[in-house]
This record gives sequence, structure tokens and C-alpha cells, in this order.
Amino acid sequence: MSELFPFKQVMGFVFSMVLTAVALGVYFFDMSFAVGMTVLLVTAFLQAGLQLVVFMHAGETEDKGAIYTNVYYGLIIALVTVFGTLLAMVWDMG
Amino acid sequence: MEFFERFAIPNPSFAIYASMVAAGITMIAIVAGLTYFKKWGYLWREWLTTVDHKRIGIMYLISALLMLFRGGVDAIMMRAQLAVPDNTLLDAQHYNEIFTTHGVVMILFMAMPFIMFFMNLVVPLQIGARDVAFPRLNALSFWLFFMGAMLFNISFMVGGSPDAGWTSYFPLADNEFSKSVGTNYYMIAIQIAGIGTLMTGINFITTILKMRAPGMKLMQMPMFTWSSLIANVIIVFAFPVLTVALAMGTMDRLFGTNFFTIDNGGMSMLWANIFWVWGHPEVYILILPAFGIYSEIFSTFSRRNLYGYKSMVWSMVLISLLSFLVWAHHFFTMGQGAFTNSIFSITTMAIAVPTGVKIFNWLLTLWKGKIEFTTPMLYAIMFIPLFTLGGVTGVMLAMSAADYQYHNTMFLVAHFHNVIIPGVVYAMLAGLTYYWPKMFGFMLNEKIGKWTVWTLSIGFVLAFMPMYITGLDGQARRLYTYSESTGFGPLNMVSFVGAAIMAVGFVLIVYNIYYSVRYASRDISADPWDARTLEWATHTPIPEYNFAITPEVKSSEAFWDSKKNGHVLFKGNYEKIHMPNNSGMPFVMSIIFFIWGFSLIFSLWIPAIVATLGIFACLTLRSFEKDHGHYISVKEIEDTESELRGA
Ligand code: HEM
Ligand SMILES: [Cu+2]
Repeated sequence: MSELFPFKQVMGFVFSMVLTAVALGVYFFDMSFAVGMTVLLVTAFLQAGLQLVVFMHAGETEDKGAIYTNVYYGLIIALVTVFGTLLAMVWDMG
Repeated sequence: MEFFERFAIPNPSFAIYASMVAAGITMIAIVAGLTYFKKWGYLWREWLTTVDHKRIGIMYLISALLMLFRGGVDAIMMRAQLAVPDNTLLDAQHYNEIFTTHGVVMILFMAMPFIMFFMNLVVPLQIGARDVAFPRLNALSFWLFFMGAMLFNISFMVGGSPDAGWTSYFPLADNEFSKSVGTNYYMIAIQIAGIGTLMTGINFITTILKMRAPGMKLMQMPMFTWSSLIANVIIVFAFPVLTVALAMGTMDRLFGTNFFTIDNGGMSMLWANIFWVWGHPEVYILILPAFGIYSEIFSTFSRRNLYGYKSMVWSMVLISLLSFLVWAHHFFTMGQGAFTNSIFSITTMAIAVPTGVKIFNWLLTLWKGKIEFTTPMLYAIMFIPLFTLGGVTGVMLAMSAADYQYHNTMFLVAHFHNVIIPGVVYAMLAGLTYYWPKMFGFMLNEKIGKWTVWTLSIGFVLAFMPMYITGLDGQARRLYTYSESTGFGPLNMVSFVGAAIMAVGFVLIVYNIYYSVRYASRDISADPWDARTLEWATHTPIPEYNFAITPEVKSSEAFWDSKKNGHVLFKGNYEKIHMPNNSGMPFVMSIIFFIWGFSLIFSLWIPAIVATLGIFACLTLRSFEKDHGHYISVKEIEDTESELRGA
């Protein structure tokens, strides 16, 4: 019986609802811009990771190595692009 | 009447009217020819609806060659205008339109389809597959590219050409400074072609990861396949950035948003930033498959395996990562501080290291090889010193402090032509010569081929070396003329002569094709170069299913092993083969995309909305369509095989 019950999926679903609720909280509660953005960013990344692993089955097949390599590669490039842009366009712009 | 005025060109000239007439006559001739020879059905069945990677490849090739000549004519006009001081052949506006068109056409509509041609033709064969992973998507990729290119190409006849440079920097590119629809063409035509490219990226990554012949490990893939894999990974990560940039630019121009405006909270520098986040990886998307082709050619004509296979692969992986870390070197002078510039200087110089590793690997391949000077090999040999020069000047540009002197001068123009022509264009021509017999069953003439290499190379050196000098002396790029007192005259004349010699080289290519079609022997084997990789293991002409029996592979040179070391490639008996069906959907859908793009460019909202709905209708239809492909029976395979073997 326990094998049939999709425990992981149900927990994943509950957790993703919680994440959504927390993100929604930014709208309803009064907080500074910085705090709000931090909450949104953190919940967004957790949410994306959750969807990828639990519902899109990353890591369950043989090409798990390729999939994770791709995700990390994408993450690195996204971070470099965002922070590089901030550096060149905002922080270090005379 | 007022409605039609928007389609008029804002800066007419005799040359443009003449081109309109020529284009009209060509269209009529094509339609009349197809009708007269009753070829419409053939065209539709064999080409417009095909999903065969080889045929799609050939369509990419034809488009790329057409665009090469279109861009080439632009180039000659620019060099002619600059040949003497204070020339009046072109005015400033036309010069702007021409260099913009030249840049876009050469990078996006010539070099890109050329590498797509090689990937389509060669990758499935090299990995022993029957087609790509998603054949119909592949056809859609091609047609989107094609319609994007055509849309861009009509701009100078309908509504006006873009004139803000191939980089289309804001604020110059916004409505205030670029009033004609030209820049709308830029934004939307490239968008359509770019979507096609992005899908190709996904398609080929899947193909290479999932469809390799049994036994072929990643580290046993032929080098061209490796280079394509890496290039496609870069495509998948870089092209979405272009998509977003173009969408934001389109919205600024059509819907009055303020992403790149100067006031209202917009930031025009952001365009330059995002453009190069895509733009620098893009140059590596072009050069890596070129490196792959050179690798195949060097090892085939040195009659030995490629030196340093592993370091070749790792250097490409490193390049793919580094290529995303350097983009700000395109705007060192935009005002960010020395700290930022230093970081990007260092990352840029670091790219020269893996690139250097590759150069040394090729040299060492030659070193121990038995070199045979065929035409493709001659291109490859020329590539090494000429490209290295371009790399070295790249490192000069990479020093941000010095770049204040070089930036936006002819020195920069010399640099990138110095890497792109010997790097990319030579590879394309070398590869074309190399794969020609596999596609068409006869070789291109070797003698004319070698003359072409020499003509192009002499022309190249004459055309571009003087620009290093005038650039250092301060001749700015993208200026339509200069005064006599600058002293730039004589060297620019040399450049013009060089460009004219290169033009002769390109005419020689056409002549070579004509000559070889008429006189070349049809009696050649399926492996005329005595090559090493799987694409040569099948018949010429290549049957629809590529390999009657899926090859088994134990090394990166499986075909060579089968010729020399008794490796058995094809084990077992024929079995029926599952192939995808042709479909008219990609063609129809891309025509709708064309209408969609055209309507947006001219702000014709109703047709734009209708076309959008049409695109979604196609997507929906496709989702509900049941298409299981078809089987080729064992009987048919036997017949085809014995016919091809007999011939
Ligand atoms: C060793 C490798 C290379 C280095 C260090 C390098 C460095 C640079 C730098 C610093 C610039 C900007 C200069 C300026 O705007 O003042 C530049 C421009 C450019 N490079 Fe390279 N480069 C290298 C290889 C390549 C390759 C392989 C290609 C193409 C296949 C390429 C194509 C271009 C193009 C198209 C531009 C100019 C774009 C424009 O402003 O219109 N480069 N390069
Ligand atoms: Cu760059």
C-alpha cells in the first residue's frame, strides 16, 4: 500500500502551495522592498527546484547527470549575467 | 492612398529602383520556370514539405550562398565608396543602410545557415542516426529562418532598410532617431529567424545525446559532432537573451514602452549590454562548428587521428563557459569603472588560452601527418596563420585601457573580419568542397578550387591588413567618407582592390560549380577523400534512411577502423525502418509568421492579430494530429541497397 501512495508527490504539492502562500504574503503584509524581493527570489528558486525534481522527474532517469549539469550550467550563466550586468550598468557606473 | 504611402521607401535611389526591377523579374522568371517545366509538384513534395535532414541541409546551403552574395555586393559597395577620399558614390544614409544590412545578413543569414547546413547534413550521419530527434521541428526551424531572412531582405524595397548598425544600439534605434520602419524589420525579422535557431539548438542537443549509434560514447564522437553539441548548448543559453532583447526593442518602437529610452526610467545602455550578452556567445556559436570542420579536414588529409582529442573537447567546453563571461569587452568605453573593465579584460584574454590549445593541437596533427594538399586542406592551412593574427589582435582589443584607442575604429573592423573570414568563411568553403561529393556525387574541380583559395587569401590580406593601420591612425568605422588631408586615401584604395580580388574569388567558386557540374567525373566512390568518420560509410547518393543497418562503433574513427583494422560496422540483417512523414505544416506556419512579422512592422494590427491566431491554430492542429510516420520495408531496402551498390 505504501508503495502505491505517491507520498513524495503529495508532500511536494503541499510544499509548493506553502511556497506560493509565502510569496503571496509579500503583497498582503507590509514590508520593505528589499525584504519583499528577497522573499520572492528565495521562494521562486525553491519553487522552480521543487517542480523540476518532484514533478518533472529530474534525477529519476539515467541521464540524470546530463540534466543536472545543464541546470547548474544554466544557473551559473544566469547569475553571471545578472550580476555582471548590475556591476557594469549600476554599481560601477561612474 | 495614404495607406500605401507607408510602404514607400524613404530614401530612394536609382540603385534601389534597379534592384526592385531585378527582384521583380527574378520572381516572375522563377514562377514562369516552375510552371513551364511543371515543377510545382516536385518542389512541394521533395523540398517544401521535406523533413529529411539532408534536404533541409541543402536548403540551408542554398540560402546561405544567396545571402553570401547579397552581403558581398554590400561589401563591395562600401569599399568602393571608401576607395577615394570625399567620394560621392553613396551618401551617408545609403552607406548606413548598407553596412547595417551587410552585418546582419553576413552574421545571421549567411554564417548561421551555413553552420546549420553542416550540422544538418553531417551530424546525423556522423553519429549513425536516421534523422534528427525532431524532424518536423527541424523543418520548422529552417522555414522560420528562411522567412525571417526574406523579411529582412525586402526591407530596402518596401518601407526602407534598417540603418542603425547590425548592433542597432539605442537610443539611435528608437523611434525618435530611426523614423522609418527599417529598425522594425531588424527587430522582427531577426526575432523570427532566432526562434528557428533556438529550436535547432534543442533539436540537435537531443539528437546528439540520444541518438548516437550503439557503442558510441560521448568521448568517441567525431570532433565535428562535439563542436556542434557545444555550439548548440551555447545557442540554447544565448538565444533566449536575444529573443528578450528584441522583444523589448520591438515594444519600445511599436507600443511606446520605455526599456531603452533615455528618459522615463529607460536605460539605453541596457540594450548594448543585453545585445552583447547574446552577441559574444554568438561569435563562438559560429566559430566552434568551423573548428569542428577544420578538425575533420586536418585529420583526414594528414592521414592520421586528431592530435589531443581530449584537450580539444575540454577546450571547447571551457570556451563555451568563458564565452558567457566576456561580453562587456564590447563596450569598455561606455563609462563603467576600471574595476569592471579589468575583470572583463582578464576573462577575455583567458579565452585565448583554450583557443591556443586548439591551434597547437592542429599543428601537432600536421606535424606527425602525411599531408595531402587538397583544396579543403589548403583552406585549413591558410586558416591557421590568418586566424591566429585575428586572435592576437583580439587580445590587443581585450586590454581595456588600450581599447579606448582601438574601439570603433577600422582596427576593430580588421580584427573581426580577420577572425570571421579565415575562421568561419574559409571553414564553410572548405567544408563545402569536402562534403560536395557526398551530396552531389561528383567532386568540385581541384585546380579551380586551389586558385580560389589563393585568390581569396591574397584579396583578404590586401583588403583587411590596411585597416589595422588606418584604424590605429584613427579612421573610424561606419563613417561614409573621409577627407583627403587624413591621408587614409591610399590604404583605403588598397582595401578596395583587395575586396575586388575577393569578389573574383567568389565568382571563381560559382564558375567551379558550373564547370564541375558539366565536366566532373560521376564515377567516384562513396569515400573519395579516404576519410575516417561515419558520414563516409554510407552510399552516395545517401539513401533516405542513411544507413540500411545501424552501424556499431568502438572509436571516434569507426569508419577508418572498418577500412584498416577489420572492425565490422554493419552487423545483422535488414529490418524495416521507421521514418517520419513529410509535412506541409512547417512551411505554411512560417508563411503565417512572415505575414505576422510584416504586419507588425507596418503596425497593421488587424492582420497581425489574425496571423497570431493562425499561428496558434497551427500549434493546436499539430497537438491533435496523429502522425506515426511510415515504414520502409525490407524489400525496398534491399532494392535500394543493391541499386546503390551496383552503381
Ligand atoms: C582570442 C579570441 C578573441 C578575442 C580576445 C577577441 C576580442 C574582441 C574584443 C575585445 C572586441 C571588442 C573591441 C571593441 O569594440 O573595441 C571584439 C570584437 C569583435 N569580435 Fe572578437 N575576439 C576574439 C575572437 C573572435 C572570434 C573567434 C570572432 C568571430 C568568429 C570574433 C568576432 C568579433 C566581432 C564580430 C566583433 C565586433 C562586433 C562589432 O562591434 O560590430 N572575435 N573582439
Ligand atoms: Cu566579444
